[in-house]
Amino acid sequence: MLFRPLKGGRVVKHILLIGFGVIMLYPLLWMVSSSLKPEELIFRQPGLLPSEVTLENYTEGWTALKHPFGYYLWNSALITGLSVVANLVACSLAAYAFARLNFPLKRLWFTIMLGTIMLPHHVVIVPQYIMFSELDLINTIWPLVMPKVLATDAFFIFLMVQFIRTLPRELDEAAEIDGAGYWRIFIRVVMPLSLPALATTAIFTFIWTWNDFLSQLLYLNNPDNFTVPVALRTFLDSSGESSWGPMFAMSIIALGPIFGFFLAGQKYLIRGVATTGLK
Amino acid sequence: MADSVAVKPLEAVTEPPRGGGHRSTKRSRREARAAYLFLAPWFAGLLVITIGPILASLYLSFTDYSLLQEAEWVGFDNYVKMFTEDPRYINSLKVTTIYVVVSVPLQLAFALALALVLDRGLRGLAIYRSIFYLPSLLGGSVAIAILWRKVFGADGLVNALLGAFGIQGPGWVGHPDYALGTLIILHVWTFGAPMIIFLAGLRQIPSSYYEAAAVDGAGPLRQFKSITLPLLTPIIFFNLVLEIIKSFQSFTQSFIVSNGTGGPADSTLFYTLYLYLNGFRDYDMGYAAAMAWVLLLIIAGLTGVNFLASKYWVFYGDTK
Repeated sequence: MLFRPLKGGRVVKHILLIGFGVIMLYPLLWMVSSSLKPEELIFRQPGLLPSEVTLENYTEGWTALKHPFGYYLWNSALITGLSVVANLVACSLAAYAFARLNFPLKRLWFTIMLGTIMLPHHVVIVPQYIMFSELDLINTIWPLVMPKVLATDAFFIFLMVQFIRTLPRELDEAAEIDGAGYWRIFIRVVMPLSLPALATTAIFTFIWTWNDFLSQLLYLNNPDNFTVPVALRTFLDSSGESSWGPMFAMSIIALGPIFGFFLAGQKYLIRGVATTGLK
Repeated sequence: MADSVAVKPLEAVTEPPRGGGHRSTKRSRREARAAYLFLAPWFAGLLVITIGPILASLYLSFTDYSLLQEAEWVGFDNYVKMFTEDPRYINSLKVTTIYVVVSVPLQLAFALALALVLDRGLRGLAIYRSIFYLPSLLGGSVAIAILWRKVFGADGLVNALLGAFGIQGPGWVGHPDYALGTLIILHVWTFGAPMIIFLAGLRQIPSSYYEAAAVDGAGPLRQFKSITLPLLTPIIFFNLVLEIIKSFQSFTQSFIVSNGTGGPADSTLFYTLYLYLNGFRDYDMGYAAAMAWVLLLIIAGLTGVNFLASKYWVFYGDTK
């Protein structure tokens, strides 16, 4: 821009942006503040500063369901952790082949891969459910992790293909001259250079899996296997409209890890969104 | 395999870059074999998790199937029932369409507006960007849907704030006229992701264009209309396609806010929620599969129409 707008104009802009930011975040801040208020004050005080602070909602919410809430956090962490590892391995293997190797029908397979990104998940859930139920795998982690092991999150293949294509091919060729096979080139050359793309994949897989509700609702219906989203849902079901304080407290705990990853991995998140349109 | 490893260094050195001949075909065979090995998990997934189920879904859509007894072939019955005997289905289609048609343009308008405001080297850009982006990450979670239920509840945050002005608001999520509106607001709230895509797009526009336009006396509005908007159309298009596909499949929000019913009075009965209720509450899986296939066709159709229409409004620099 040639000319900066007037100083006053800039101040107004900041005031408007801050105001808008506050409106955007108000519901979240209100939830945090409400979770610290005694139940009867939650809806009488729309303000953010609680007149009386208590951790009662947290202690009550932690033990309100069949298992302590930490149990569901662990279940979620297990499924999410396995999904992250599976996605990293499976998607990077496929991405390397698409980005670096020549093989018959490459174009066709690549187009199909892109097509599966657009495919609505709901088209496959009925037969998938039938398949997993025939295999007697309902209420296990398999229906949730298996698709990741088999690289069905094609979004990440695409992301990594885009990234690997930007790496100089001379490095692969140099390694090849040194006698490295494809596997060695993949492990020793391409993967170490692809750390930013791997980080983006890991963070997004974490957030998506942690938030995922539909598959966990479908495949986990025994309270012993519940993950955080399904447990929160039960909360809503069992306590109805009565215990919002504990429910808010546990919701905040559920959002905590996402918020943590958001703070730690902003750079990768924003780059990931900007280059591929991930959410 | 063993001998090919031994030959390789020699091969790599002596081989002409793009020659044919025996060596090269041997090498390309080896490369293809390696590629298919690298792709093995993906191929298995494509077959077992994606294409197999799509075809199975197509077959099931012509059957009456409930997981307990054998699938019974019923021809087009499920499809006919959907459009002629099932007002709830038509309603779910209507609810979802309203949701998509209202929330996607609104969301993208917010995304574009904020991207434009943030683009001009504003101080604190990174902080604003993060604040506006955060809801996109959280928006799909059960926790936020629970929050929404309470923010727009009868004795929720919105009504408490309205009450401060002496206004008695209705129970928004419990009122058939307003419940869908609260979900639309939730969707608009997650404008941060498309905003970041817009910001990346804006950065691609060379500032020399603006300088030249300013020299020619074009004001900010004119610059926006003649430079920014046309050069941004591919990004707008990209966001539009993506958000339409995504919002047509929204599930969690309507499930939690209506507590799994799609109520009040089916006013938040999203397509996917109705599909879920048919398939996994009533175990009418043939019908659910048919709904899934219609959803696939709708989304494919919308995407196709989008691409066709894009010829008339999306500007790609090189086509002039």
